[in-house]
Amino acid sequence: MIDFVSKKQWFFLASTVLVIVGIVSLAVFGLRLGTDFAGGTSMTLHFEPAVEQAALRAEMAELGYDKATIQNAGGGSFIIHLREISSADARALADEVGGALGSEARLTDYYLASPTVGAETARNAGIAVIVAAAAMLLYIVWAFRRMPKPIRWGTCAIIALLHDVFVIVGIFSILGWAAGVEIDAMFSTGLLAVVGYSINNTVVIFDRIRENVAKHISADFEQVVNSSIVDTLGRSVNTSLTTLFVVLALFLFGGATIHYFVLVLLLGVLVGTYSSLCISSQLLVVWEKGRWDELISGFRFLGRQIRGLTRAST
Amino acid sequence: MYLLAVIVALFAFALWSVVPLDKSVFGRQGLSLGLDLKGGSYLVYQADVSDIPAENRDEIMEGVKGVIERRINALGISEPVVAVQQQEGDYGMAIQLPGVSDIEKAKEMIGRVSLLTFREQDQEGNWIPATGTVGGEELVLASKYFKENTYIDVDDFGRPLLIFEWDDTGSELSQQITGRLVGQQMGIYVGDEPLLGEDGMPIAPVVQEAIRDRGQISGLSYAEAEELSRLLNAGRIPVPLGRWVEEDGARVFEADTPLYERTVDATLGADSIHKSLVAAVVGVVLLLIFMILYYRLPGVVACISLGIYGAVLLCIFKLVPVTLTLPGIAGFILSLGMAVDANVLIFERMKEELRDGKGLAAAVEAGFSRAWTAIRDSNITTFIACLILFWLGGTLGAFMVRGFALTLFIGVALSMFTAIVITRTLLRLIIGGQLVTNLAAYGVKK
Repeated sequence: MIDFVSKKQWFFLASTVLVIVGIVSLAVFGLRLGTDFAGGTSMTLHFEPAVEQAALRAEMAELGYDKATIQNAGGGSFIIHLREISSADARALADEVGGALGSEARLTDYYLASPTVGAETARNAGIAVIVAAAAMLLYIVWAFRRMPKPIRWGTCAIIALLHDVFVIVGIFSILGWAAGVEIDAMFSTGLLAVVGYSINNTVVIFDRIRENVAKHISADFEQVVNSSIVDTLGRSVNTSLTTLFVVLALFLFGGATIHYFVLVLLLGVLVGTYSSLCISSQLLVVWEKGRWDELISGFRFLGRQIRGLTRAST
Repeated sequence: MYLLAVIVALFAFALWSVVPLDKSVFGRQGLSLGLDLKGGSYLVYQADVSDIPAENRDEIMEGVKGVIERRINALGISEPVVAVQQQEGDYGMAIQLPGVSDIEKAKEMIGRVSLLTFREQDQEGNWIPATGTVGGEELVLASKYFKENTYIDVDDFGRPLLIFEWDDTGSELSQQITGRLVGQQMGIYVGDEPLLGEDGMPIAPVVQEAIRDRGQISGLSYAEAEELSRLLNAGRIPVPLGRWVEEDGARVFEADTPLYERTVDATLGADSIHKSLVAAVVGVVLLLIFMILYYRLPGVVACISLGIYGAVLLCIFKLVPVTLTLPGIAGFILSLGMAVDANVLIFERMKEELRDGKGLAAAVEAGFSRAWTAIRDSNITTFIACLILFWLGGTLGAFMVRGFALTLFIGVALSMFTAIVITRTLLRLIIGGQLVTNLAAYGVKK
């Protein structure tokens, strides 16, 4: 039988590092806010015949739009984010750019959001994630009300959930800095879907722990949790795989408009599966047994190793 | 047995309702598509209601909605959807215009408090708004002072004339302005553009005499005069439409600029549909292969229920009807992957029971009853997420979010039903009929 529980300090170590990297990246780089949140114009230009991205960038800079971000959407189309311009100006810009590049440019998607809407959307997205987490907490406490300490179950699930959110937001922060990836309203939609998915996985494992506790399969809670994880492992892996199949297909073939939205879902399935196996139930073991030192024992071990290495090298 | 008949009937009905005879599943007879898929414009304006007493605002906005609808209809745009929005004391107007190519013209007509304004020339020959003073206030002569009874007549040569009547304020203004402009030209403007006649030249009649309560505009083509007349009779918008912006810490109203605007070309929408279909086919084929290889016979059953699930889901989308957006389709495809989850939970449970030495029939029953609490409890979390998303999507601007939340919600709810009812009925049938008894077919090694 695979022993997940005995390796929990490594999971805690890995997750803490991931979350800290995410938070540091958030603090240093922040997130690149897209048109939905920051306001401005976002438009898709289709060029016939196709043009080079570099040439388009140069031409846009020439026309005074040097701050515009340009994303290649494939098939001769480019998604361009820039400061607010009216749809009439956007059409004129398309003609001008197309003319300069010797190609016919068609404005296939024009989108304008005012900064006030952006701020509101961003605020609402934040509220939505918090409300979702609170609602999930209440729900799990209720669903596991027959367990001795339902609050613990709920809290562990929510910590795993926040872990997923921070890891994904952190990755997007890094992507924003490294590749200019912007977040939009669909990003927060994906994040909430991930919140639902991640808790869904955790609940299936918790459900089995509840059943195995009732069956008294072992006096040791650690054992009970581990067998529950192993019992449900086939389901956890297979459901993740089936979901991954469709999400991956969407990511590869679904087109540029929903590319980053699907990336959130893709990361969410992976991180959500990991956290339900390796974080939420493991935290429950730590809490039920009162072994808080295990949360940081991975770090201690790592610290000892590093000290040992530095001593050996001197 | 009865259940099987019901399932077959359901499947047949779903297929019949979804697959139209002309083969285009996403066409006019098929599912209703959002603006991002079929092309069109979505506009949101805010209204400056600061001059309107609070108790009258709802009524005024309903009136504005009616006027906008009539103006849009006069432009010949089919199936527009206009809705009043209210949020934290601000009023807004959300307008969906399917299949519009000339959004500038639509915006011109929607946003204008007055459709037509009258202008005069200053010393340098520039056209400036013609103003007069009524009740101590300086006002611009505009079509908002028309009575809503303009009509078209023809002159002695059969050329169309647009006949209008001024209301009290308009009469007062008109008398002052035309009085001082006798012998000079008066310009007629739509927004910032002069109204053009049949010959493509601006219409700027020379004032013959002071006009008090009735006037006419000549030189228009018949079609143009008819459209103008309809727009003018559609009524006037009593409050400015535009958006509130922050300027140096103060809230300033910027007229005519929408708060939110999205225009999608129909070709882009068709491209999105095509790409989504490819993704769906690839994803689902992988999914089916995996299920059959891993779970064998139950996997095949799961695939059949997934097929029924897909058909019934599309049928629900069509009948409700749910308007499909690109994120909505993503939600649908995601739900296909997640719909298998309930089956996976049950089959894993079944295998466990079989390994413990239970008989086939007992294992199937135990698999379903034991897996039920996990299916129920875990799907509720997705429901909660969907409800919150639906609320979020209701706030200004984020209309795409709702499509995703709704399709995912319906999808997950239906997936519980198909797993519990359809998969179970089919499996019971196979086992009850002693069709396949070899345990290897259930993925269990003896």
